[in-house]
Amino acid sequence: MATAATAAAGKKGSHDPLNAPPVLKIYDPPKELEREQLVLNNRSLGWITDTIAGICEKPMPVWWWPAFIFSAGGMSMMFALVAYLISTGVGVWGLNQPADWAWDITNFVFWIGIGHAGTLISAVLFLLRQKWRTSINRAAEAMTLFAVACAGIFPVVHTGRVWFALYPGFLIPAPNANAIWPQFRSPLLWDVFAVSTYGTVSLLFWYVGLIPDLATLRDRAKTLLRKFGYGLFALGWTNSNRHWSNYEKAYLIFAGLSTPLVLSVHSIVSFDFAVSVVPGWHTTIFPPYFVAGAIFSGFGMVLTLLIPLRSLFNLHDIITTRHIELMCKVILATGSIVGYAYGMEFFIAWYGGSPYELYAFKNRAFGPYWWAYWSMISCNVISPHLFWSRTLRTWPLFVWFVSIVVNIGMWFERFVIIVTSLHRDYLPSSWGYFTPSWVDVFTFVGSFGLFMTLFLLFIRFLPAIAISEVKGVTPQADPHHPLGGAKEHH
Amino acid sequence: MSASVARPHGLLAEFETPADVMNAAIRCRDAGFTKWDVYTPFPIHGMDEAMGVKKSPVGWFTFVGGVTGFFTGMTMIWFMNKFDYPLVVGGKPLFTPLYAFPVSYELTILLGAFATLFGMLFLNRLPRLYNPLLKVERFKRASNDRFFVCIEAADPKYAPEATREFLADQCHAMAVETVEE
Repeated sequence: MATAATAAAGKKGSHDPLNAPPVLKIYDPPKELEREQLVLNNRSLGWITDTIAGICEKPMPVWWWPAFIFSAGGMSMMFALVAYLISTGVGVWGLNQPADWAWDITNFVFWIGIGHAGTLISAVLFLLRQKWRTSINRAAEAMTLFAVACAGIFPVVHTGRVWFALYPGFLIPAPNANAIWPQFRSPLLWDVFAVSTYGTVSLLFWYVGLIPDLATLRDRAKTLLRKFGYGLFALGWTNSNRHWSNYEKAYLIFAGLSTPLVLSVHSIVSFDFAVSVVPGWHTTIFPPYFVAGAIFSGFGMVLTLLIPLRSLFNLHDIITTRHIELMCKVILATGSIVGYAYGMEFFIAWYGGSPYELYAFKNRAFGPYWWAYWSMISCNVISPHLFWSRTLRTWPLFVWFVSIVVNIGMWFERFVIIVTSLHRDYLPSSWGYFTPSWVDVFTFVGSFGLFMTLFLLFIRFLPAIAISEVKGVTPQADPHHPLGGAKEHH
Repeated sequence: MSASVARPHGLLAEFETPADVMNAAIRCRDAGFTKWDVYTPFPIHGMDEAMGVKKSPVGWFTFVGGVTGFFTGMTMIWFMNKFDYPLVVGGKPLFTPLYAFPVSYELTILLGAFATLFGMLFLNRLPRLYNPLLKVERFKRASNDRFFVCIEAADPKYAPEATREFLADQCHAMAVETVEE
């Protein structure tokens, strides 16, 4: 490769030493500044295909079946408890006046937040040309869809008579029995549109990304059923460059559409709270604070899933330590924003001069739910700062542990915001203390079963890493790189 | 059956590296072929210029979809909350674009995304149930680690022997084979 380039002198005045442009030398970056490759050990393109496609072609390893049965059991438990809830009534849950939103909406906000990392990785990092996203975006996007599926259950079932959700429909814009339409001044209705758009667009984006990989699986398929199944969903994709040209444009547009979408979704979720007049909810910091928290928890979940995935399927050359380290940095950054927001909420509660607001925050930290508040603080404010240390960031087991702590913390954050703000109403006569019932607890535990079941089925049937995208960031894919076949002189 | 008189779909040339297929694409473009394509397991940077492919018009579909979505949202909310059954809630105006904005914003993205997907598929003429290339055994590697150029028999400059020689000698293909329709 050329080590130095000389800037050509302009035609006029090139002989005049004073006006001549300076001779510009560009050196190769020093060794220590060279970036580590995204796929290690110079793996060939064929190796990438075989490794990733191989996961969903070979029989699943032994651990998969117990994991699947366990998760499916959890999922069944959740559906059974939802059936119990619907057939009996919301009294089986622990919520009551004044905490009418409690465990259910906490779970909803928790799961929706988890989803945000997938869209952030697939859309925002794409627009920012962060090539490392290619190794993790597929699994993260799948995680987004499954998290949105888990999230969607709670607001629907918490309404009690869920059959009214679809007809006459408070979840779709249809008039009720008195011919009154849903009223769009309510953030709750904005939320319906935000979350359903988010789920749908994430699904489309995920599917667009899958098309070339489904074609790969179709071309490798041995049995008729696989040929038919993958062939059907590959839509006859041939990897034609005329197609790639439209495809890449569409992918870029999807990233461009998903970026404002992901920022809007958790902003609108936060409006459910911020637009109300409840002390502790009525703050303008909520939209950015919720979005940062969502990304924080989402990256936590991505790490929780991908660190075992990479070990169990030996994907260390594709999901490298550098990938883990970069995700830890995102956790550190968003975790710092979250910590700042906690502090700022307290400052404004004092500086704003509203006695109710100040009371709500004092009560949050030192009231009856102090244990939830300090769990949140220790998980969300302290643990991400461990990632200032490079040694800890590059220690997968430790990172995995912290990623779980982050998710526990973020669940507590939502619990703290929702329950501590509601349990003290303006009138002391309507104060209360929320305790979850066993149905509350096991429905939430079961939602992890649903999430894991879907994720295990995903790695069983679909490529967990974007095959064509990972190939695209290797030097072998670059026609101007020696590994891509470039010669010194054409 | 149709054994002996299968019409040729075109000539398929195989290449080992992205650089090789890019050089071949430049030669095909300069030779003036029009009905031809390059097949690569991943999009190659600069291939559109090498082939002379114009900028993709997918964005126009998105634009139309997005505008439709935004006005659908605004009109729907105006119709429901101001026109069909006006009902004052909290002393707020019956309709203002401000409170209608979040929903219209989401619908802009939703319809824009659908238009992008279907626009892309329409421009690529997908889904397609049959493609002669997918019958070719060697072409299976187009989704794995090999690079292909296919010049279709429908191209006005196509000549079975001359084009084969052009692909083999001037484009330095590893292998050239005739694809049957």
